Amino acid sequence: MLKQTPSQTIGPFFAYGLTPEEYGKSGIWSGILVNDATKGERIRIHGQVIDGAGEPVTDALLEIWQADHDGRYHHPSANEKEVFQGFGRRSTDENGMYSFMTIKPGRVPATQQRKQAPHVNLIVFSRGILVHAYTRIYFSDELEANNSDPVLQSVDHKRRATLIANRDESRAVPRYNFNVHLQGRHETVFFDV
Amino acid sequence: MTDSEYSKRDWQCHPPYRHDPYKSTSLRGPRQPLVPIKHTLSEITGPIYGHGDIDPVDSDLTRNATRGGEALGERIIVTGRVLDDRGRPVSGTLIEVWQANAAGRYIHKVDQHDAPIDPNFFGAGRFLTDDDGRYRMITVKPGAYPWGNHPNAWRPSHIHFSILGPCIATRLVTQMYFPGDPLLPYDPIFNSTPDVKARQRLVANFSLDITEPGRALGYEFDIVLRGRDETPTEQ
Repeated sequence: MLKQTPSQTIGPFFAYGLTPEEYGKSGIWSGILVNDATKGERIRIHGQVIDGAGEPVTDALLEIWQADHDGRYHHPSANEKEVFQGFGRRSTDENGMYSFMTIKPGRVPATQQRKQAPHVNLIVFSRGILVHAYTRIYFSDELEANNSDPVLQSVDHKRRATLIANRDESRAVPRYNFNVHLQGRHETVFFDV
Repeated sequence: MTDSEYSKRDWQCHPPYRHDPYKSTSLRGPRQPLVPIKHTLSEITGPIYGHGDIDPVDSDLTRNATRGGEALGERIIVTGRVLDDRGRPVSGTLIEVWQANAAGRYIHKVDQHDAPIDPNFFGAGRFLTDDDGRYRMITVKPGAYPWGNHPNAWRPSHIHFSILGPCIATRLVTQMYFPGDPLLPYDPIFNSTPDVKARQRLVANFSLDITEPGRALGYEFDIVLRGRDETPTEQ
């Protein structure tokens, strides 16, 4: 077995390389995952990244990876007719805020008997984080599915709420609020993926 | 439905979330233990992208942002293979790179370092690995860069690498360093990985074979990602 190449921090200056649209260059991915052909309910996932002092993290990079409306990932082994790419990338703004325009994903298989609750996989990078941190965004209006989700149920119940995005119906496009707390009393659950 | 998993993250190679000499970790590195997760489809899949997304000139950072002149600095070629930990090539995977210019200045809006910007150098590129897992880029050697971590702190010359690999579990962001750099022993980011040998894998090898006569020095930098376990874990 070869040894893995160590991770290093993304540092403070990644934006012109990884989200170059902020510099007037074309990027491969953005925070908008939908187009006219995309099936499913349009949602916005919105929130803030917060450090251990309660301050906004203004130089984080967030990547999301999610299934389509029918619970399928757009992957080389998947059906090529899929139009939903399922991958998005955004950096936080000067207030530590981020936002993705996407669809609510369907349920993905866990084992042959069970399905996972709808969720979005989230990867967090920033200066001061030496290995990117993985978490999952679940949805507050999926109570029944959440209660049977094997990953969510593997998390200490006292910390489970850090993985649930709260639905806000007050806007034209329903919004799910999901803050990422890197440390502190409400530290987000991160997984050893 | 999971018929295979990827090998686990080797925490002897990867740095911890808390590494006190690197001050930014103190308020940003998660403190709670990571929660173990059994891989599902969510972790063993990842995005696809085509050659259409990549402009061939984006593997040549000396030319991809030219305003009519040549990028300043010492031209270098960096090449290597992306392999999994079983030694198999990772083909068709996207690598994105970014770096300071030869004077140690990033084009980034918040970089305040008092060193000149090179109008012909942007400092970012992207390219795919070939069938053999190999990539090749042309750039200039980045300069050292001062930062506020501790008194008289300087980052050694480095190139940032972002690699997707076949799925989100294989995602890697790292930095490539240069052999013989006198700043390496003082750099808390380079030294954050617990295993000394692992650290050395972040240092490229100089290669006269890759060096092009009269044109550019050559460096070799291989990258090893987590590999897929062929043993079915569930049927």
